This record gives sequence, structure tokens and C-alpha cells, in this order.
Amino acid sequence: MQNLVKHFPITSRGIILKKQVGLIHAVDGISFSVNKGETFGLVGESGCGKTTTARSILYLDPPTSGKINFEGNDLVSVFKSRNKAEKLKLRRKIQYVFQNPYASLDPRMTVADIITEPLVIHNLVPKKNCLQRLYELLELVGLEEYHAERYPHEFSGGQRQRICIARALAVEPTLLIADEPVASLDVSVRAQILNLLRELQQKFNTTFLYISHDLSTVRHICHRVAVMYMGRIVEVAKTKNLFDSPLHPYTKALISSIPIPDPMAKKSRIILTGEVPSPINPPVGCRFEARCTYKKDQKCVTNVPKLVDVGNNHFVACEKTKKS
Amino acid sequence: MVKKILKIEQLKTYFYTWAGIVKAVDGVDIDVNEGETLGLVGESGSGKSVTALSIIRIVPSPGKIVEGKILYKGENLVEKKEKTLQNIRGKEIAYIFQDPATSLNPVFSIANQLIEVILRHQKISKKEALEKAIELFRLVEIPDPEIKIWNYPHQLSGGMKQRMAIARALASQPNLLLADEPTTNLDVTIQAQILELMKNLRNKLGMSMILITHDMGVVADIADRITVLYAGRVCETADTKTIFYNPKHPYTQALLTAVPSLVLKTEKLTVIPGSIPNLIEPPSGCRFHPRCEYAQQGCKETIPDLIEIEPGHKVACLRTSEIDLKSPLGGINNN
Repeated sequence: MQNLVKHFPITSRGIILKKQVGLIHAVDGISFSVNKGETFGLVGESGCGKTTTARSILYLDPPTSGKINFEGNDLVSVFKSRNKAEKLKLRRKIQYVFQNPYASLDPRMTVADIITEPLVIHNLVPKKNCLQRLYELLELVGLEEYHAERYPHEFSGGQRQRICIARALAVEPTLLIADEPVASLDVSVRAQILNLLRELQQKFNTTFLYISHDLSTVRHICHRVAVMYMGRIVEVAKTKNLFDSPLHPYTKALISSIPIPDPMAKKSRIILTGEVPSPINPPVGCRFEARCTYKKDQKCVTNVPKLVDVGNNHFVACEKTKKS
Repeated sequence: MVKKILKIEQLKTYFYTWAGIVKAVDGVDIDVNEGETLGLVGESGSGKSVTALSIIRIVPSPGKIVEGKILYKGENLVEKKEKTLQNIRGKEIAYIFQDPATSLNPVFSIANQLIEVILRHQKISKKEALEKAIELFRLVEIPDPEIKIWNYPHQLSGGMKQRMAIARALASQPNLLLADEPTTNLDVTIQAQILELMKNLRNKLGMSMILITHDMGVVADIADRITVLYAGRVCETADTKTIFYNPKHPYTQALLTAVPSLVLKTEKLTVIPGSIPNLIEPPSGCRFHPRCEYAQQGCKETIPDLIEIEPGHKVACLRTSEIDLKSPLGGINNN
């Protein structure tokens, strides 16, 4: 299918992870779609289900229920089937850059092995051209040719993350999932990686799903952002709209609690009381109800707020926002 | 004249590893005035934590304080005996560690850990100590202190653990609090809570504080003055406003522009090329010169001194007077 805008409508409902006694409602009925060529940000605090969502796209954590569509294919049914060739084809198209570049590279493989392994597995490049492709990829992510024979421990965190990005890009994916790619890097190196991701996207028109808890990097890199709280999406909007006029009380608090590196900045911080409730026994209605700064009523306690379009592609899940 | 509570002169702390001598802190000068909050800013490996650990002399082996003076209320802590230091640690100078999950003992209840600190420095009965501990819990705004105090660390969330760590540090009303990245491991909404709490407590108790962080946003909010460290040396010291609006060291300026923030609306982030140097063989001369866009031949040869260019504003850069740095926030506006 070659439509003008290709959609990856990802609609998952009730992804629940089983764990001993009781259930952890890690991701609980979220829906969103990512357009081709855009960077879609998924933000939220730790434990809100960002990573689980990303992992279920690749079937690393099989979703309990729900549908994930990717270029017209139902990912869940493909991954559930025994069709290995089909699975491999999809895995090639969706690549993952993990959070910790110290843990996601095999310490016993050289960089050349690491980056060419996907090429061999997917049989993309004839053996004799592998080396050439490897050097291309290294250059692409700003590494030198002589780095190819080295082992991961010889590299700094920033360089390792570059290797991970090169490995992911080796198979020319259409969707790249980046799970907190800069969280474990130093501030001065962070900017390098973020700029690299941006450049690569413009070059290859890859779609990014960018997961982060750091709103300032999200604002820098994403076109659209979804804010998650306790396994549910509370707000989806274009980056500019989300930061300029957040509507959900949680988004407001989240944005206001980022420390601004300007001593003269106006400080109108919304301090939330309490902490994120347990996902084993989540509140029935709105999950944010207990910490919400808005005036609450019975509806908030009993009704699950739905994502509602408030215009301009801005979706909010809050009973209170609807009325105003 | 403001009294200086702490003055560090030419502190050098080296780590003697099998690979060579790691010069983690190499001639650092810091001073803290009474009642003031000093922000110690730098990337990982810049020597922030080692400086703080050196102050109360708990540098882990194979690290050693090689040279320098640490003057606390005029007395040199480097020359003090271990016994005397034990009476200063926790009582006069308290420390909040970076990771609340690992700085608490998992096999003792929180009450136990708090009482231990209180009894060590104060001559009161166990019962009074418990009352005091509950009082401290109230101070750091933990709900139901009478019940929560009997919990074990694993029963508390990250934010609660950090509150508990703050309570422990405040147990003997220290004059100086060393807070080593107290909010780095916490979520932003919890970070906002903890920072607000620390600000309130500082104002209430009137203590001095050294806040170690890599987050320029955090220091902008809470610090009175800022010292920027790079690869074990001080780059620049000034009051917070000056650092943000009138930085004179290229590294300070780079730190301000390279960090994505909600204030800056630039498309592309300015990049500091390269990465942090290896401290076994640090670059000659100015340690920032391989990554500095203003570096000249002289920067490779001469170690820049920390020079006071205007009252209270010290910079260690050879080319301070020649180069014109612009803060991404613009010039000082006094409104």
C-alpha cells in the first residue's frame, strides 16, 4: 500500500503483564498512531509503561490483548504465528536502540561483528560488500574506520550509543524505536547523539518512536508527543501545542516541574502531592485523580476518561478539560 | 564581611590504580560562605563527588588526598585525626548520597538508622531519640511518621527514601550539608518536591549547602553561587546570575548551550566535540583545550590560573579578556 500518508495505527487494549499473585497493569489500553517519517515521543515518569509499550511492538513482551498495526500488517498475529520468514521481515523493518549502551553490546564481539551481524542474518548485502557497508555505517554515525576492529569496552558511552545506532540502521528499518537513548550519557555528549538522530532521520526519512522521561530532549527532537501516566495516555498533541498549551493537569505539572536553567525565569511550579499509585491495584476512574490539582468530582473517581479531540490534533483524557 | 564556613585551597585527590594515577581532583579552590548554597556543576568524571568526599575524608581506596587544605571554620580537616573527624561527620558536616537506595542499610528499620545517628552525636535516651526521629520525619514532610518510621528501606519509594536520607543528614542540625546529586535518580515531579523541600529546610535551618549536580536547571533554581568543574579543575566561580548571563569560560558557555532545555528554542544544539579526557594522562595546559573552539597554542602549554576578573567572579582561562562569549540567555537584565 502506498498511500500519501502511511499510518502505523497502533491500537493496543489491555496489555497486562502477569506476575505471581495479582496483575501489574503496566499498560492498560492505549491507542496511538505514528505517521511515516515523523518522530513520535512517548513521555512519562518511570513505571508508566513507556518501555513496555515499545517492547510489545516488537513482541519482546507479548501483549495481553490489543492490536498493533504496522504498514497494514497485524504485528501480534504475525509474531504469534510460526511463519519465521515473515517474522524476520518485520523485525528487519522495526529496529530498537536500547537505553543502556553498556548492556546492549556483546563485550566479546568486535564492532565489525556487531554491526555486520544483522546484515548476515537478514542476508541483505553479499559477503564481499559487507566491509564496505560497515565503513559506510561507521562514517554515518561519526566513527572512524579503525574503530571497526575494537571491542565495546574500548569506547565511551557516547561512542557505544553510536555503535548501537549504526547496528540498528544497518538493515534500513522503516521504524526505529529509541528507548531513552541519551539517558545514560553525559550532558555534553547528549547533544551530539540528539543531533545525530535528527540528521539521520532527515537523511533516510525513518520513522522514530522516541521514548524518554526527559521532556526537554523530547521537545527538541519530536514532532508529536504522547504523555503517559500509569499505563494510559493522558494527552497527545503536536510538540509545540503540548508545550505551549498543555491541557491535562498531569502534563501541566510535568512541564512546570522541569528545572529551567535560567535564574531569572518566572517560577510557577505546580508541586504535585503524593506519588504514583501502585499499578497492581490502580484507581478505578481517572488514574491521576488522587494527585490532581483540579477540583474533582464523582465522575473522576468512577469514570475512565477517554481521549477526546479538542481540535488541532490535540487529544486529552480528562473529564474536566472537556467541559471548559 | 561574610564569614567563610568552608575554604578549600589547592585540593588534590589522586587515585592510585594499577593503570596509573588518576588525577580526579587536581588543584581545586572552593569556598562557601555561611548560610549560602554553592552549586558544584560538572559532567561525570569532573571531580565533583570526589571533592565532596574529600571534605569529610571518606575518599574510597585507592584514593588519597595528596595536597591541599580544607579549612572548615578555620581548622584544617586534612590534618585532623580520624577520632576528631568522627565527631564532625554527621554532626557538623552531613552528606546526602546520590542514590538513596544504596545509601540506606536494608536490614535495619528506618527508626533504627535514624536513632543511631542521633545517639552518636547527642547524649539523650533512646526514647527521646525516637521522638526526635519522628520529629525529623515531620520536618521532611513524610506522612504518618509514627508508622512509617518502623518501615524498612525497601518498603519506601525512591522519593520517600531520599526524604529519609535528608532526615538522617539533618539529625544533628549540621552547619554544612553536602548534597551529592540528591535528585538525579528521581522522577521530575518527585524531583520538584524534593528541591522545594530542600529550599524550605535551608531557609528554616539557615545552614550552608554544597549542591552537586550536572543539571543546570537545578542549580539555577536553588544555588546562590556556582562553581564549574572540568576534569578535576575549577573553570569558573561566580554568583548564579553571572554564570548564566555572563559566563567567561568557554566550557561554562558550552554547558549552557549544549543542554536541551525548554528555554532555548534553537533547532540544532551546539555540540561540544569529543568527550571527557582520560584523567590518567590529562591534556597539558588547560584541560579543556582539545574541545575548546577558542584554543590557541598557549592554551596547550600554560595551565591557566583562577583569576578574579571582577569581585566574586573567578575564571581560569588564558583568553578571558580576548574572547567575547555570549550567554544563550542574552545579557544581564535586571528586571
